[in-house]
Amino acid sequence: MIKLNNIVATYTTVRGQVRAVDGVSLDIPNGIILGVAGESGCGKSTLLKVLYGDIGFPLTLQTGCVEYGFQGDDGLQITTSTIRQYWFRRISYIPQSSMSSLNPVVRIRKQFIDFLPPDRRKDQVLEEVRAYVKKLDLPPEALDAYPHQLSGGMRQRLMVAMATFFNPDLILADEPTTALDVVVQKGILLLLMDLQQQMKNTMIFVSHDMGVHYQITHKMFIMYAAKAVEFGDSNAIFESPLHPYTKMLIESLPTVGDDHLRQGVIGRPPSLWDNLRGCRFAARCPLATELCRSEEPNLIEYTPGHFAACHYAEKLS
Amino acid sequence: MATTVLKTQKLNKVYRLGGLFRRVRINALDDVNLHVENDQPVIVSLVGESGSGKTTLAKVILRLVEPTSGRAVVYDRLVAGEGDKPTRQDFMRAVQPIFQNPFEAFSSYRTVDTYLQTTATRINGLNQAQAVEVVSEALTSVGLKYDDVRGKYPNQFSGGELQRVSIARALIPHPNIIVADEPVSMIDASLRMNIINLFLSLKETYKTSFLYITHDLATAYYISDYLAVMYRGSIVEVGQAKAVLSSPQHPYTRLLLESIPATNRKWAQQPIALSDIETKEYQFGGCRFRNRCPLAKDICAQERPTAVKKEDGREVYCHFA
Amino acid sequence: MNSNLRLKIGLAILTVFTIGSLLLPFFNTVDPSQQGKYLKNLPMSSAHLLGTNSLGQDTFWFLVFAIRNSLLLGVAVSLCSTIISVLVGLSAGYIGGWYDRVVMLITDSFITIPILPILIVLGALVRGSTSFFSIGLILVVFSWAWNSRTIRSIALSVREREFINMARFSGMSTLGIILKEVFPYVYAYTVVGFINSILFVINTEAALAVIGLSNVRVPTLGSIIFWALNYNALFIGQFTWVVAPVVATVLLFLGLFLTSTGYNELFALRRGRV
Repeated sequence: MIKLNNIVATYTTVRGQVRAVDGVSLDIPNGIILGVAGESGCGKSTLLKVLYGDIGFPLTLQTGCVEYGFQGDDGLQITTSTIRQYWFRRISYIPQSSMSSLNPVVRIRKQFIDFLPPDRRKDQVLEEVRAYVKKLDLPPEALDAYPHQLSGGMRQRLMVAMATFFNPDLILADEPTTALDVVVQKGILLLLMDLQQQMKNTMIFVSHDMGVHYQITHKMFIMYAAKAVEFGDSNAIFESPLHPYTKMLIESLPTVGDDHLRQGVIGRPPSLWDNLRGCRFAARCPLATELCRSEEPNLIEYTPGHFAACHYAEKLS
Repeated sequence: MATTVLKTQKLNKVYRLGGLFRRVRINALDDVNLHVENDQPVIVSLVGESGSGKTTLAKVILRLVEPTSGRAVVYDRLVAGEGDKPTRQDFMRAVQPIFQNPFEAFSSYRTVDTYLQTTATRINGLNQAQAVEVVSEALTSVGLKYDDVRGKYPNQFSGGELQRVSIARALIPHPNIIVADEPVSMIDASLRMNIINLFLSLKETYKTSFLYITHDLATAYYISDYLAVMYRGSIVEVGQAKAVLSSPQHPYTRLLLESIPATNRKWAQQPIALSDIETKEYQFGGCRFRNRCPLAKDICAQERPTAVKKEDGREVYCHFA
Repeated sequence: MNSNLRLKIGLAILTVFTIGSLLLPFFNTVDPSQQGKYLKNLPMSSAHLLGTNSLGQDTFWFLVFAIRNSLLLGVAVSLCSTIISVLVGLSAGYIGGWYDRVVMLITDSFITIPILPILIVLGALVRGSTSFFSIGLILVVFSWAWNSRTIRSIALSVREREFINMARFSGMSTLGIILKEVFPYVYAYTVVGFINSILFVINTEAALAVIGLSNVRVPTLGSIIFWALNYNALFIGQFTWVVAPVVATVLLFLGLFLTSTGYNELFALRRGRV
């Protein structure tokens, strides 16, 4: 179980401090794929950075911490302060743009072994890497190439291989397929699902595309303007969403073969610089009342395992 | 005789990559023959993944790129090939673009309304006062108010709003056709329909056709009248949009449809044929899709498939259509 | 804010120097370069703020005129040089083709020619009697090339950006695009380049003067140091003679540098990159 305890993460900019994640608490069970959804700027990427432990100026973890639920080499529980040393071995991260995370002047195979545990030999690990890459149906020649010689899809598949090679307990993926073609995207998503099933670890997948969430996630977590708005099983969320924002997200996607009228989500999220009172979604919500504008709803469990932060959640279900 | 919306004949564009020793020929456009005729404004979608040639085709139509050979005609105006081409003014009154990245489409040193004003004064030939009227009207038709836009720089808008400003600018000369190159791919999935629905309504109110270039079949299904699917520089299937997408006949179209992460049906867990080193595929003789195609036979390696015309008017480029 | 402080200090220093060196001369009636006007090697006093030097000149007034002349030379040369490099760089970068090749060939020749050896040779031929104007001209000739190349690169990269296409489809002419779309991206670099150029000019002139190749009768920062060295100022205890111009030069450079980097940050901030 991964526990997030009241995470408040802020960015320090010239204009001052802004809370990109404003009080998020969550219990994530092990062995699932958790999808984190929301518009750009809702805080999902920041949450992932906090989870990864990649906290450095201008990002600060104001309050709260993460308990990962697995133990380190010293037998102690790993938390935010100690997670860094376990990067790529117990926890790994697949970024959106592979081109900016791969060293452009170093061959791919060298970048695989950047994170060697101290007791392993380089050439031995390299052998294992080649075998692993082959197992994933990737051409082993790609390992000997430089990043720019490969296509975006190939690079991202190699990033997936890199991130899963040491069999980590937790894999974080930040919009890994957003920049890719739809066929390549499916390939990578199926690969991720397959690996997760085999390794039985936990995967947290950030995306703004609800279709992707529908296909691969077991549970979903939806964020809006730095706050949590809904959490539960993916099937339950898609079948009967409790929060109006979730409902809007789902209904904004066109489907081939479906002719009925669709509408995108209207309006803009509130600026996080403003003094925000009440429910942050009130300005765009068709159900909003005075209560919503003055009192912020808490994340409450409405049905077992299904949480929503809305005063009128029951109205929708 | 119906108006020619878009017609290309044997359109080719070859790029040569690489340095002194390893020269690679990329056929970004390989013998592309497209023909769309209609008296009413239509939305034609060009669908394909990266490397399919759809962006190159858009650039040829916008006269930003010269083809290696072939002809292209848009609304009775020759845009590529031998013959008399219209003046730049005349061309820009008929064809206008919308670009993929709304933040890149505007200079960060200029306020966005200056682009609209310039379009109105220079292409429509209006004076300042008339231009303000026209700009205001264009902005209203995309759901924005001139007062909200005046004097603002690009970074003061969201991606969706900026794309609307882009669309407003393209509408000012009342063009026959707007070429939209992946207009919503940089916008959040949940906000895309706002822009897509806008295209539909503008087709009615401004009587403008759209050439919608995208890799998103779902939005293409939603608004297109005609659809052309491209792969590695060639068209593989083209016809009425709803027909092509409801009963695809080319294996690649089927592959595309299966790959969409839809919210009504879960994927089957089967392996997908992904392309390896993509530049190799451009060099193929025969059908470029054969390495990934479940139907491939020997003939596919030897002969390039030609257009097979079907009863519903579509064309399929496959030996087994 | 950090950059504003930097910019403010830089501009403050420059203002003091500029106004000081431009206005103060009006209060002086004596030509400071006249030798033997005063008693030699007088110490600092109320009559002679920094004393007099071995040539019988008032050190303070000589310094004031020197700063003025160096600044004027710096600004004039930089202005010419910057205008040339902007015109050359912008046009070459945007227009491209054979025009670009020819222009860059010429530019590259100017970049690769080593300045100092040529100037030394030139100076040796016309030892000490070149007019101030010809020094300026020579400095312009040798300073426009480098910035041309950088501005051309900026123009080249801007040319490929999407908003240029949008500008074209808005009906803008090529000249309009160069001025309104490409130039703003070059502007920030140009201002900074201009200030750096002043630094370069003053520096080079001073270096030449110290070797005796500039017109050492005209007071400039370099010529003070030349005379001071010539008369072994340090050995004879005439510290103010050497130290004053050095301090002035350092302060001036500091002012220019702070202003230049301050502006750089200001421009970056305005574009929202911070």
